[in-house]
Amino acid sequence: MSAFVQGRTGDWEIVIGMEVHAQVVSNSKLFSGSSAVFGASPNYHVSLVDAAMPGMLPVINTECIRQAVITGLGLNAQINKYSVFDRKNYFYADLPQGYQISQFKHPIVGEGEVQIELADASTHIIGIERLHLEQDAGKSLHDQHPSKSYIDLNRSGVALMEIVSKPEMHSAEQAAAYIKKLRSILRYLGTCDGNMEEGSLRADVNVSVRKPGEPLGTRTETKNLNSVRFIMQTIDYEVQRQIELIEDGGVVVQETRLFDTTTGMTRTMRGKEDAHDYRYFPDPDLLPLKFDDAFIADLKKDMPELPDQIKSRMVQEYGLSSYDANVLTEEKETAAFYELASDGRDRKLTANWMSVELFGALNKAGLELSSSPVSPMQLGDLVDLISDGSISGKIAKEVFADMFETGKNAKQIVEEKGLKQVSDEGSIITMIDDVMASNQDKVDEYRSGKEKLFGFFVGQVMKASQGQANPGMVNQILKEKLKG
Amino acid sequence: MTVDKNAVKKIARLARIQVSDEKAELLSADLGNILNWIEQLEEVDTTGVEPLASVNEHALPWREDIVTDGSITEQVLKNSPEVAGDFFVVPKVVE
Amino acid sequence: MSDLLKMTAAQALSSLSKKQISSVELTTAYIEAMEATHELNNYVTSTTELAKQMALDADKARADGNAGRLAGLPIGVKDLFCTKNVMTTACSSILNGFVPTYESTVTSRLWESGGVMLGKLNCDEFAMGSSNETSVFGPAINPWSARDGEALSAGGSSGGSASAVAAGAALMSVGSDTGGSIRQPAAFCGVVGLKPTYGRCSRWGVVAFASSLDQAGPFTRDVEDSALIFSVMAGHDAKDSTSASMSVPDFSEAINSGVEGMRIGIPGEYQMDEMDNEISDLWRQGRKWLEQAGATMVDISLPHTKYALACYYIIAPAEASSNLARYDGVRYGNRIEAETLDLMYEATRASGFGEEVQRRILIGTYALSAGYYDAYYLKAQQVRRLIKQDFDTAFSDVDAILTPTTPSAAFSLGKPVTDPITMYLNDVFTVPANLAGLPGISVPAGLSKQGLPLGLQVLAAPFREDRLFSVARTIELQAQFSLAPARAAGELQ
Repeated sequence: MSAFVQGRTGDWEIVIGMEVHAQVVSNSKLFSGSSAVFGASPNYHVSLVDAAMPGMLPVINTECIRQAVITGLGLNAQINKYSVFDRKNYFYADLPQGYQISQFKHPIVGEGEVQIELADASTHIIGIERLHLEQDAGKSLHDQHPSKSYIDLNRSGVALMEIVSKPEMHSAEQAAAYIKKLRSILRYLGTCDGNMEEGSLRADVNVSVRKPGEPLGTRTETKNLNSVRFIMQTIDYEVQRQIELIEDGGVVVQETRLFDTTTGMTRTMRGKEDAHDYRYFPDPDLLPLKFDDAFIADLKKDMPELPDQIKSRMVQEYGLSSYDANVLTEEKETAAFYELASDGRDRKLTANWMSVELFGALNKAGLELSSSPVSPMQLGDLVDLISDGSISGKIAKEVFADMFETGKNAKQIVEEKGLKQVSDEGSIITMIDDVMASNQDKVDEYRSGKEKLFGFFVGQVMKASQGQANPGMVNQILKEKLKG
Repeated sequence: MTVDKNAVKKIARLARIQVSDEKAELLSADLGNILNWIEQLEEVDTTGVEPLASVNEHALPWREDIVTDGSITEQVLKNSPEVAGDFFVVPKVVE
Repeated sequence: MSDLLKMTAAQALSSLSKKQISSVELTTAYIEAMEATHELNNYVTSTTELAKQMALDADKARADGNAGRLAGLPIGVKDLFCTKNVMTTACSSILNGFVPTYESTVTSRLWESGGVMLGKLNCDEFAMGSSNETSVFGPAINPWSARDGEALSAGGSSGGSASAVAAGAALMSVGSDTGGSIRQPAAFCGVVGLKPTYGRCSRWGVVAFASSLDQAGPFTRDVEDSALIFSVMAGHDAKDSTSASMSVPDFSEAINSGVEGMRIGIPGEYQMDEMDNEISDLWRQGRKWLEQAGATMVDISLPHTKYALACYYIIAPAEASSNLARYDGVRYGNRIEAETLDLMYEATRASGFGEEVQRRILIGTYALSAGYYDAYYLKAQQVRRLIKQDFDTAFSDVDAILTPTTPSAAFSLGKPVTDPITMYLNDVFTVPANLAGLPGISVPAGLSKQGLPLGLQVLAAPFREDRLFSVARTIELQAQFSLAPARAAGELQ
């Protein structure tokens, strides 16, 4: 399962762990009643509690507890009915309290796992160490002024789930598959919107290298990566850097690094000489978080289906390929669209039409599935018309293009344009007779051995029928007639 | 228990309180005394005793997920020594 | 007019309802008393204009038949409570100029009941101290003077709150108690000071010192007034997760029910060598009074008493070191400009926090730091549980516990602080109740040989303030302590 990297002195094994910070989908913040929405004017969604005014106190949000438990269930993880909120003490301008309320010794969720599938169809289980709830910090802007930083506390106090993986990934590809899968699970569950550009999903990547069989090497941590591409670049760069460093006789320093998106390199964070001593202790403004089995069972009952479950059904019941099932379950909305469109009809055909034609058209137009001019029902109708022989696959493409542009129904377009497939044997025989009569020389040529002329006859018939002759029938009857 | 000058400076740094060398000397003596006095706790046999984080016996109250707060930018910024528009302003942070 | 200051709150309410006096008259008398006792340095901010308006409102409400339970009563507030649009500093330079846009829950309840705010009262900086000497405004002075006229400490941290009531410069006041900061000043100034059960009064809007120990409470002339204002201050607050949901009963019966049949615990461990003889004598006297009133004295043991102070002086600074991290010059208070953020933090906090506060922040930071957490903080939390268990065991046998409040009477001001521990020892009798979350009251019980007030402390099981009031009232009736400090406002002398 390990991918090895070749160094000067031999093979190296890569060891990767990831800490993902996922903003919880909720109306208000983790410990205050202000809105958790993104993108308002500065310091708007900030309460006195978020601004850490003197005398302010935290009160926990029920929905955040639920979302964390649901996520834990989606990760097949142990749910801890007793957990404690601790203060993580450090100073920074975007941390108004001078501490972050987090969970240290007793997190709400324990060990779990995520299954990833790689391009070569191999599957791997990546272990989850734990998941805990914590407050997000505000935002600092350092580029607004030459000597000052600007602070916006809108994000301060928003609920985060910190999901810590075990160090069980061994390649950038695995890491990418992991974060994509994790994101997918969170979006399916509705517990995090996984919007990496907006920062609602961020990753810290721990990378170390070792010679196979040796103990773990010293790891570095690169923080706040907000795209899969950056994660992969970070890993590639760090692996290379560490291998070269060690092979040149150096030692990897355990440190926190920053990824430079313009250079694609990581660098040490300046000014972090002091190791952080967070002085964790249980927050005396809160009591331990406790709930019972009934609470968990209730949440489990109403849980949305997970991508793996849906994928399984697609492969086993609908006969889709694993690849197609992956594509169709990448997003919850895609799977939902597909289920609706394919319901009660040819599942495979519908899958094809979605992943090839619909996605192709959407990509070209720069649209998301949510803005598709063709609805699931409409797509389904089109598939029906193909299935019942009303139109050929080829004609269907034309119809689809029209549907995409005008938003009209397939049936309407077929009627208006008179595109209905001719499947009437009599008409086809007539057309074939006509073509053969007009091309007697070619008929003779064919009969004396030039078999590739078959395509010419098919083309002529299709042309005569303006493409509407049922291709299957044309082939069959033409073959018969050309035999002589 | 002694807390030497360097240890004092280290703790002062963690607490973000500037401490001069002379102050560190004085504090070193003070803190040393206090910590010595506190050490009497070592006499107490606490095997198997659960730490008491709170005297409260009730359960942690959970609030409903509705927006009840915020939209008070003016109040939030009102007492700040320095603002720019709707931002708090601090000396630049070097990362 | 001359009788106005002599009335207790209960008496004042009676006069007000009988229209013998008006709120405006009462408030005016107190405002004059504030001026007359100005040298005691009790008030750090006066809100006399606001008080006059609130008094007018109270009179109108009374006329309309809408008078709240405290309508028209002049009250002083420790400068630790955030008061809307009124400067709140926690008596620290770091909060210089801070004007909250919000009101603490406890004081809100007072104003909603018609109380009148006279001003903000002096205290030790961030409530850290036992003499009110760490205040950036200078100490609050005890209206009781030494025989030689030397100025005496009003105690701390709520020195100003105690002194104001003793001096007739407030009818009642609000303070806070983390390790004895209500009870000790009450004893020093000869007034009644109540620390409710942890969780009774909301901590929302109170500048936090040690979150698991802080509790708001009243200073009053007598026990009846204490029950009155406490019942208004207390109550569940959804904004405070540590706030108790227990309903606040009507205490009028408890105040008058006496102590017949009650079992009163006398902890042997509170008999300390360092105690002045007159303290032991007073304690003995207190036991006699209660026996005469029909209570039974029961010897009890609270074996971990001697460790309570050390335990407190780890937990309180540890929590404080974290609670005070928000005072960084960014969003409120004083800021010392510097080139970088960290330099700004360091300069602001070094300049803004006084010595004792800095000392406690450093101790707290140390106790929580890597390598020391288990030995200090965790150990203290374990000892804390043992202390609480001592009390749980005791209260399964007795209804209340009687102890002295302080090891001595009020001490002189201005003694240089060579050893902070000497100051800490003042809290020896009061700290255990905070650690265990118990309610405690100090009631003036006698005078020292120097003619200074001495207090007796009563402790009860959680949420049993009724028992406190029964016992304290009995002591009060027997002690017949009369408020006559040398530096009180005219009529009280």
